[in-house]
Amino acid sequence: MSSKRCAVCKYFRRRCPPDCIFSPYFPPNNPQRFTCVHRIYGASNIGKMLEELNVEDRVIAIETLCYEASCRIQDPVYGCVGLIPWLEHELNITQTQLAKTRAKISFVHANYVARGEPFIQQSGV
Amino acid sequence: MRGQEPRSSSSCAACKFMKRRCTPQCLFAPYFRADEPNKFAKVHKVFGASNVTKILNEVPEPQRHDAVNSLVFEAEERLKDPVYGCIGAIASLQDKMFQLQHDLALAKARLARCSSRTSYASCSTTSPFLMLDGDFGMTSFDDFTVDQSGLASDFRQHPFP
Repeated sequence: MSSKRCAVCKYFRRRCPPDCIFSPYFPPNNPQRFTCVHRIYGASNIGKMLEELNVEDRVIAIETLCYEASCRIQDPVYGCVGLIPWLEHELNITQTQLAKTRAKISFVHANYVARGEPFIQQSGV
Repeated sequence: MRGQEPRSSSSCAACKFMKRRCTPQCLFAPYFRADEPNKFAKVHKVFGASNVTKILNEVPEPQRHDAVNSLVFEAEERLKDPVYGCIGAIASLQDKMFQLQHDLALAKARLARCSSRTSYASCSTTSPFLMLDGDFGMTSFDDFTVDQSGLASDFRQHPFP
C-alpha cells in the first residue's frame, strides 16, 4: 500500500494509485476537506465531475465545491445560495444611495450655476 | 413482502427516476412532483439521492421546501457551470457590490467637498438645497464612511478565497 495515500484513499482504506484523480486536490494532511465534500456530494459524484473537466479547471472546481459544501453544512437549508438574495438586497440599497448622492451633487452644481460660480467637474462620479 | 407495501396513487418524480415504489411516507414526494422530472434529475446528478435524503432529514419539515429549492438552484448552477457553480453568481454580485461601494464613497467625498464650499451648509431652513434634501431623506455627512460591517461580517462567516 502506498505510504502517501491521498485523503480520499485513506478515508476508503484503499490503495492510492499513482494516477488517483483525487490526490492532487485532497492531500492527506487535510482529511476534513474531503469529508466535507463527501458528506454533501459523495465521492463518486466528485469523481465524475472531475472526469468531465479539463485538468486546468479541476483546482477551481474543487475549491468551489469545498466552499459550497462547507456552506451547506453550516446552513443545511440555504447553503451558499442564501448569500445571493442578501447580496442583491444590499446592491439595491447601495444603488439607491449612490443615485441619491449623485442627485445631491447635481443640485449643488445647479446652485453654483445659478450663482455664477465655477464648479469643478470630476470624472467618474 | 413487496406486494403488501401500500402503493401511492402516483409516484413522485424521485421514485419514478429511481424506478421504485413511491410510498405515502416518501420523503421526496412533497418536493419533487411527478410533473417536474428534471428537477429531481438535476439534484440527483449533483448531490445524489442518499445525500439529499440526509440533508432533508437534518432540516425541520417547515424548511424543507426552501432547502429543496436551494439544492435545485445549486444543482442547476453547477450543471450550467461545472467549474464555478453558483459561486460564479455570488462572486459576480460581490464584484458589483465592491464597485458600487467604491463609487458611493467617491460620490460622498465629492458631495462633502462641494457642499462645504456653499453657504447652504450653514443649515439655512430657507435653503432650496436643504428643502430638496428633505425630499431625499437628508442624511448628515457623518455617514460619509460606507458601512461595510454587515457585508464584511457575513463574508467573514463565509469567506471565499
